[in-house]
Amino acid sequence: MELLSGGDMLVRSLEEEGVDLIFGYPGGTVLHIYDALYRHKTIEHFLVRHEQAAAHMADGYARATGKVGVVLATSGPGATNLVTGIATAYMDSVPLVAITGQVPRQLIGGDAFQEADITGITLPITKHNYLVKDVHDLPRIIKEAFYIASTGRPGPVLIDIPKDVTTDTLDFNYPQKINLRGYMPPKSADVQQLREAAQFILKSERPVIYAGGGIIISGAAGELLGLAETIMAPVTTTLMGKGAFPDTHPLSIGMLGMHGTKYANYAIQESDLVIAVGARFDDRVTGKLESFAPNAQIIHIDIDPAEIRKNIRVDISVIGDAKAALSRLTGLVKEHQPRTGSWLERINKWKKDFPLQYKKDGLKPQYVVECISELYPDAIITTEVGQNQMWAAQYFRCTRPRTFISSGGLGTMGYGFPAAIGAKVGVPDATVIDIAGDGSFQMNSQELATAVQNNVPVVVAILNNGYLGMVRQWQELFFEQRYSSTIIEESVDFVRLAEAYGALGLRAERPEDVKPILREAVVSGKPCVIDFIVERNENVSPMVPAGAAINEILDLE
Amino acid sequence: MKKHTLAVLVENKPGVLARISGLFSRRGFNIESLAVGVTEETDTSRITIVVSGDDTVLEQVKKQLNKLIDVIHIAELTPNESVSRELALIKVEVDATTRSMVMQIVDVFRARIIDVATDSLIVEVTGSKGKIASMQRMLSQFGIKEMVRTGKVALHRRSKTAADTMLEEHQKPEEE
Repeated sequence: MELLSGGDMLVRSLEEEGVDLIFGYPGGTVLHIYDALYRHKTIEHFLVRHEQAAAHMADGYARATGKVGVVLATSGPGATNLVTGIATAYMDSVPLVAITGQVPRQLIGGDAFQEADITGITLPITKHNYLVKDVHDLPRIIKEAFYIASTGRPGPVLIDIPKDVTTDTLDFNYPQKINLRGYMPPKSADVQQLREAAQFILKSERPVIYAGGGIIISGAAGELLGLAETIMAPVTTTLMGKGAFPDTHPLSIGMLGMHGTKYANYAIQESDLVIAVGARFDDRVTGKLESFAPNAQIIHIDIDPAEIRKNIRVDISVIGDAKAALSRLTGLVKEHQPRTGSWLERINKWKKDFPLQYKKDGLKPQYVVECISELYPDAIITTEVGQNQMWAAQYFRCTRPRTFISSGGLGTMGYGFPAAIGAKVGVPDATVIDIAGDGSFQMNSQELATAVQNNVPVVVAILNNGYLGMVRQWQELFFEQRYSSTIIEESVDFVRLAEAYGALGLRAERPEDVKPILREAVVSGKPCVIDFIVERNENVSPMVPAGAAINEILDLE
Repeated sequence: MKKHTLAVLVENKPGVLARISGLFSRRGFNIESLAVGVTEETDTSRITIVVSGDDTVLEQVKKQLNKLIDVIHIAELTPNESVSRELALIKVEVDATTRSMVMQIVDVFRARIIDVATDSLIVEVTGSKGKIASMQRMLSQFGIKEMVRTGKVALHRRSKTAADTMLEEHQKPEEE
C-alpha cells in the first residue's frame, strides 16, 4: 500500500515510463507537481524562459533520441504558450507528452483565473488528449499517453490535470496493461501488397525511392540502404527524411521539391516507378499535383492508412512499419538483377550538368553551411525556418538519422534554437549546431538564459542578412521588390545579446573567418552565438515556383 | 454529390462528439446529419453520420475517423443492407374546420398526433427523408408553426450487437 498524492503519482508514473528529464515552467496550478519533482529528485527539470521553447526542447530531445519528450506547463497562458510547440510536433509526427495544470475541478467552466480549455484548444493538434477528472484515472492515463504518443504514427498527447487532482491521494499502482479498444497501430505490412510491390520493382527500369521522415521514426535507415543497393535505385529524401539515407552515397540524389535538387526533381518526373516510404506527398514536395511523376506507377508505404490516397493516386499501398516492410520487400527482390544501369547514367549526367551551386563572392550563407558540414559532419543540425533551413537542407551533407532536426510541416520560426538545446541534452556527446536566420533566432532568443543556466553548450550559427529572407525572396520574385515589412537590419547586436546572457558571442564577416570561428565556438564548451554577416540578397536556388510542376525548376541569381 | 451513411461506434465519454465534429469541420468534410445515442452497451455510443462527397472523400472520412482514439468501429451502411429512419415533430396551425383534414393526412401517412391545442396540433412522423418531406409539404398548406427533426439513425440488417461488431474488430487477423 503506497498512498500518494496526484502530484507524487505523476512523478512516479513518469519514472515508470523511464523519463529522466523534462522541460517546463512552473505556475499556480502545477505547484504540487513541482513540489513533488523537488522532493523526488529523480527527474531533472530544465527551466525555460517561455513555454513554447519548452515544447520545442522536448520535441528536439525526442527527435534526437527517439524517446518521448515531456513538457510541463501551468494552466491558462502556460498551456496556450505550448500550442505552437505541440502543433509543430503534431505536423512532424514527434512523440511528445505535454502535461498542463488546470484550475480546480469545481472552477472549470467558470472563467477562473488562468483557466483555458486546453483540451479543446489542442483537439486538432494532438494525437489524443485527456482531462483528468479523477485521481484514480491518472496512472492509467499517463500509461496510455506514453503508449499513444510513441506507437504507430507518433504524435503529441496532452494531459490536463486540475490542481485539486494533484492533491487527492490514492493507493498507487502503475498499470501494466493497456486496454484501448479504439487504438490498434498497424504492425506488420500486408504480404500480398508487398508481393505486388515487388512485381512492380522487378518490372521497373527507372525507379526512384522517395524517403520521408517515417524512415527515421521507424529506425529503417539500414533497411532503406539495403533496398536501394539491392535494386540499384536512386534515393531522394524529403526535408523530414534528411539523414534517412546518406547524402554522400552514390545513389543519393538529395532533397526533392520546391528547393530540391534539379536532378531529384528530374528523376521523379522521368521515373517509371516511385517508391514512397514514410512520406506524405506534401505540396512542397509535389508541386503541381497533376504533373507529379506523370510516367510513374506509385508504391506508397506508410504506417498511417489515412495518408494513402490523401493527396495523390497510388497504384499499390502498403500499410505498416517502414522497417519491417522494407526488410521484407528487399527479401522479395534480392534475386533480381537490377536493370537500372542506363537510368543511373542519366541521373549521374544530370548531377554533373545541374549541380547545386552558388557564386562564391563575399561571405555566402551557403558557404557557412558547407564549412559546418566539412568541419562537423557528425554534428546534430537543427534549423530555424526560411532560407536558413533550405540552405541547411541543401548544403549540409547528412549521413545518419536523427542528426537533421527541422520544423518541416508547420514551418515554425523559433524552433531551431530550443530544439538544439533539447537535442544536446538528449545526446550530450554530440556537437549541436542550430543553423539560424536573424529573424527566426529572435523568436526564441530568450532561451540563451536556459542554455547558460543549465550549461548546455549549443552553437547558434546565424546567417544574418538583415531580412526576413524567404519572404523577401518571394517579394523580390513575385512582388516587384516591394519589401513590405521584411527589413530588420541592424535591429540587434547578436554578439552583445549573447554576452548579456553570459554566452559566448562571435562575429564573422569574411569567408576566411568562418572555419576558425566555428572551431572557436565548438571548443569553447559554452553556449555560443555566431553572427555571420552574409551577402544580403542571396536567394535560395533552385526553386520551383508555386503551382508549377517540379521539373519546371529555375536557377535564381 | 453522393450521400453515405456511416455507423460509428465510439467510447461513451465527454468530448467525443466535439472530436468528431471538429474533425469534420477542419478537414472540410460535409455533415448532412448526425445523430448520437448510447447503445445496448452503456460504455459505447453509436453515431449515425450522413456525409456527402465522392468516394475519395468517403475514404478519407473513414480513415480520419479511425485515427481518433475514441472511435472504436466504423461501418458504411448501404441502403440495401440496412434500415434507417428519421423522426420529425411538426406543429401545425388548425381551426375547427381544418383539424379533421389534418387528422386525415396524418392517418394516411401513418403518423401520430401527440399534442392537441385549440389552435394547433403536434404531429410525429417517422420514416425516410422523402416521407418526412412529403408530410411537410402536405401540412404546409395549413401553416407550420414550428418543426424539429432528428438526423437519420440506421442499423445494419444482419443480426448482431455492438459488442459483436467490436469483437470482430479485435479479432481481425494480423498477417505475420
